[in-house]
Order: sequence, then structure tokens, then C-alpha cells
Amino acid sequence: MVKESGDDSAQFKRILSNPKYHELVRKRRRFAWTLSIIMLVIYYAFIVVIAFKPAILATQITSDSIITIGIPIGVGIILSAFILTWIFVMRANGAYDRLTSEIKELSK
Amino acid sequence: MFRIFTVLMGGVFWMPWCAWAADIPPAAPQQKMNVTAIIMFFIFVAVTLGITYWAANRTKTTKDFYAAGGGITGFQNGLAIAGDYMSAASFLGISSMVFAKGYDGLIYSIGFLVGWPIILFLMAEQLRNLGRYTFADIVSFRLQRIPLRTLSAFGTLSTVILYLIAQMVGAGQLIRTLFGLPYEYAVIAVGTLMILYVAFGGMLATTWVQIIKAVLLLSGASFIAFAALSFVDFDLERFFRESVAAMKQSALADHKKVVSDGKNILAPGGLVTDPISAISLGLALMFGTAGLPHILMRFFTVGNAKEARKSVFYATGFIGYFYILTFIIGFGAVLLVAPHTQYMDMVKGTLMGGNNMAAIHLSHATGGDLFLGFISAVAFATILAVVSGLTLSGASAVSHDIYASAICGGQVNEKKEMMISKMAALVIGCIAIYLGIQFEKQNVAFMVGLAFAIAASANFPILFLSIHWKGLTTRGAMIGGTMGLLCTIIMVVLSKTVWVDVLKNPAPLFPYKDPAIFSMTLAFLGSWFFSITDGSERAKNEKLAYEAQLVRCETGVGSVGASKH
Repeated sequence: MVKESGDDSAQFKRILSNPKYHELVRKRRRFAWTLSIIMLVIYYAFIVVIAFKPAILATQITSDSIITIGIPIGVGIILSAFILTWIFVMRANGAYDRLTSEIKELSK
Repeated sequence: MFRIFTVLMGGVFWMPWCAWAADIPPAAPQQKMNVTAIIMFFIFVAVTLGITYWAANRTKTTKDFYAAGGGITGFQNGLAIAGDYMSAASFLGISSMVFAKGYDGLIYSIGFLVGWPIILFLMAEQLRNLGRYTFADIVSFRLQRIPLRTLSAFGTLSTVILYLIAQMVGAGQLIRTLFGLPYEYAVIAVGTLMILYVAFGGMLATTWVQIIKAVLLLSGASFIAFAALSFVDFDLERFFRESVAAMKQSALADHKKVVSDGKNILAPGGLVTDPISAISLGLALMFGTAGLPHILMRFFTVGNAKEARKSVFYATGFIGYFYILTFIIGFGAVLLVAPHTQYMDMVKGTLMGGNNMAAIHLSHATGGDLFLGFISAVAFATILAVVSGLTLSGASAVSHDIYASAICGGQVNEKKEMMISKMAALVIGCIAIYLGIQFEKQNVAFMVGLAFAIAASANFPILFLSIHWKGLTTRGAMIGGTMGLLCTIIMVVLSKTVWVDVLKNPAPLFPYKDPAIFSMTLAFLGSWFFSITDGSERAKNEKLAYEAQLVRCETGVGSVGASKH
């Protein structure tokens, strides 16, 4: 258990009474969960296709090519993971961090 | 202390040479001495022991020991996380799986990778803001310390030991083939070095060993992949077409089977047979990552939440790039290794040194003896770095969670806690060496699966719920976590991997290889049910404490400087 000093708990109360804090929590949670769900949907859609209809991934990208669409899709999922983390870090390290430091300033 | 250090350093440095001079049992499938590999490996060992010496001088407090003083940057930590992730099992294992089965190897890579964004979105920052050294810090933030620390430490230790044994057995076999050293000496050398890194250099040395190895591995793998592509002038169409053609000519038993079954190696094959297995494997791969103690520990080495986020971003980039490389390396090996009988053990119908050697042989096919030496040394360095990280997280569970927090109630002298950590590292190292030698002839692949399943079913659910669900109580977490842990172990023992393959029974009692879908669900349900039915005074206070925990999670207030109190 963490023991809060007197200062800290007063600061906690001030943060809790700040409507901006609640706005931050709400917005950031929604953002984090949206991105998580996008990632989960992409991944489990892929898994479900492998489980039920693997033939879809065996389709050739063009009629005279040996490369199947499974390959760009696989690489695409890897890239989508990277892009989603990039979007999150940009927003969290930018807008959300600014809002957080404002809230912390006000509560001191 | 430093005299002991110097003596040990000398001992380890010379021991393999002595072993080399000693007679090697003729029965072992030795290759000829790989001199380049040995020289490069000794350069790596010398550099990392130098770092350990440097780190030992800087490791004065528990914060230095567990969290490298908290001064690692996001970029460095991203490399270190990627390093912990890119074990020899993923480098050699996944490229070999692509080599043998084609597209199916990529399914594994993707599962391992997509856990990262989820950790970032829902956990990385909270871990950094709430925790100090281990993930048990988070779980016991507002819940009862003693029972939860003990449970988390148990989850950590079982994951660490299982994973360590698998790595040790792999290390012994790999080193025997690559360096021509006897199995036992190889296991002892790896074990001794990892104990030195951890006991003397703590997290600072462990992190730098990991960073150096990650850079070596990424550059080595890039070289192999690009060299393989250069054989077909970077024309992907030609690359895959010629690989498929090469597989038809291959003398390898696995390849002959693929060809005679008429399988398309550019599409999903027989890896996943039914939907439940598919989803269960997916869950274990994805959420196992989020419960691996040696990786979670890395979030405490950075200064703040911002750096924690950056480190996951870099890690995702490095790991994603690495997995794309392993896919190219696997097909490159089909193209350039499979047609050449010099890389084949024609009697067994496998690759020389076993089917995990695809990437190693490709390094020879693309870069000759010198590059083969380099990649062999990197593969060895990879094992060393990963086992060091594992040992450190196991040692921290013993000293920080069990000794300092659960037994002494947090009232403990820092020097004493560090002593316990070092002793724990020594004991864990010796256990790993002993079991590594005992399990030489066993198939240990299931241990990695079990470690992941425990991480996903026992560690992840209570960690996740304690961060995101106000209603979690000590009773719920204890019962749910224990149920997840027991269920995983029982189901794995009753499944084909142990019941049939290890215990030699005729048929499995549990039909699926991967229990995650059942054990994770059980852990979540158990935690939920035993929390909502918990009407005790303690449970009420724990729910009330969530608000303060959330403030700290979201804003980081109270976490700065929290590492000492």
C-alpha cells in the first residue's frame, strides 16, 4: 500500500473536483478503448478467417502472380499495429499530456 | 566484492576454452569448430562483462538494482523490450517455422506482435504511474499486500522458471551445434554468465546487454534478409516463385511432405485446425505478452509515462520489422538452403544440426563463414540476454515481493534487500542450470506454451482488473488468479503436449493444445464473482481506494519520486 502524505491527498481532492480531470479521463479512456477494439477486431477477424475460410487468404493478388493476398494482409496487420501505436503516442504525448499538466498545475 | 567479481570473471572467461581443450564426446552431433563464432562471442562476453563492471559501480540502491535508476530513455527501453521479445526461440523458431511450413509461421508472428498495441493503450502508462519495480506493486496498490504479493510472486516465478528451462535447453543444443561445445558446458557457461550480469550489474547491466544484443540481432537479420532478396534482384514475385520451385526439389522430409500433400505454402496450412484452437492460441499469444514479468519490469526503468509510451512505440516498430524479416529469412532459406545437400542431414531428412537452423544456414549461404560466425555469436548472445532478463524478474519477485513486502511488511534495509536479490539470482541461476541439464533429452516446447498460458491466465487478468475495474477486491483477485493458474496447469498436463508426448499416454484427456480460452475466462469470471459477492468492510475500502488510484494512473501525481518512501 502506498501511504500518501498530507499534501498529496489534498492535491488528490483538488484534482477530483476539477471538471477538466473528469473530461480527460473520459476522453482518454474512450480513445484507448477505441484503438484497442480496432486492433482486436483486425486481429480476430484474421484469426476467424484462418479458422473458417482459409481459402480466402490463398487467393492470388493478380491472376498471373504466385503471391497470395494472405501475404500483404499479414504484413498489413503488422503495419496496422505500428500505425495504431503511432496514433496513440502522438495524441497522448501531445494533447492529453498538455491537459494533464494543466490539471496538475491547477491542483498544486 | 570486486575481488570475487574478478576471479569469477576470469573463471567464466576461460572456462569454455578449457572445455574446448577437454575431449568432446564423439557421440554428440558436432560440427567442426566454428572459430569466427567463438572469437565474436568472446568479444561480446568481454564487452558485456565490462558493462557489468561499470554497472556494478553504479548499482547502490534497490532502485538502481531493479529499475536501472529509472534513467533509461524511451528509445533505449524500446530496444531493450524488443530485445526481450526477440529471443532465440522467436528468431530461430519462427524463421524455421516459415522455412518448414511457409505462411503458418507468419500467423505466430502476428499473434506475438498485436499484443503490443493493447499493452500500450490499456496498461503501459498505468504500470509506469502505479508501480515501482514489479507488477505485483500494481496489484497490491489498493488490495491486501501479503496474499496478493505472494500470489503474483508465484505467478512470476512459475512463468520465469518454465521459460528459463526452455531457453537453457535451447541454448545447450544450439551451442553444441554451433560452437562444438559439450551440452553441459554450454548450459553452465550460459547460467554462470547470466548470474554474473544480474547479481553484479542488476537492471542497468541487464538492460545494456539487451540493447547491444537487439542492435546486433536487428542488423544481422536485416543483412540476411536483404542478401537473400538480392539473389532475385529484390523482385518479390520471383522470390516467392523460385522458393516454391526450390521446395519441390528439396531433400528435406518436411518439404517432401508439404509437396506430396499438395499444400500451398503461401497460404494458411494445418497450423490451426478448428475455431476454438485458433482463438485460444490467439488469446495466449496476445495476452501472454501482457503478463510476462521480465517484459513488464521494463516499464519501471523509464523516467515517466511519456517515455513509457515512447518505448512501446519503438518496441512495436522494432518487433514488427523483425518479424517481417523472419518471414523473408524463412523463404530465403527455402530458396538458398533447401536445394543444397551440404546443409542437409540426409540420413534424418532434416537440416544439419536440426530444423531450427534455417536462419543460421542461410547466413552461411548469403555471407560465408565469417557471417555464419557472426550470426552464431548473435544467437548465443540472444539467449544470454533473454535469460538474464528472466533471472532478474524472478530474483525481484523473491526479494521485493516475497521478502521485502510480504515477509518484512516493507520495513527492510535496502542493502539487505539487494543482498537477497543477488542470492535469489544465484539460486534461480543454479536451478536453471540443473534443470537445463536434466531436461536435455526432453521436448521442452510445451514449457514455452505453458509459460505464456500462465502469463495470460493468471498474471494478466488480475493485473488488468486491478487497473480498470473499481469493483475488484482482494478476495476476487486471489480466487480468480488461483483458479486461472490451476486451470492452466491442469489443462496443459491433460492435453496432448504433456499427457501424450511427455507422459506417453495413448490419448489426451483435454482435446485442445492451448487452454487460454478456458483458463482466461475462468480467471476473469472467478475474479468478478468473488469480488461482487464480497461484502466485507475491507472490500468496501478497496473499492473506495480506486478513485485515488485512478488519479495517479491518469495524471501521474504521486508517482514521481515515489520510488523511495
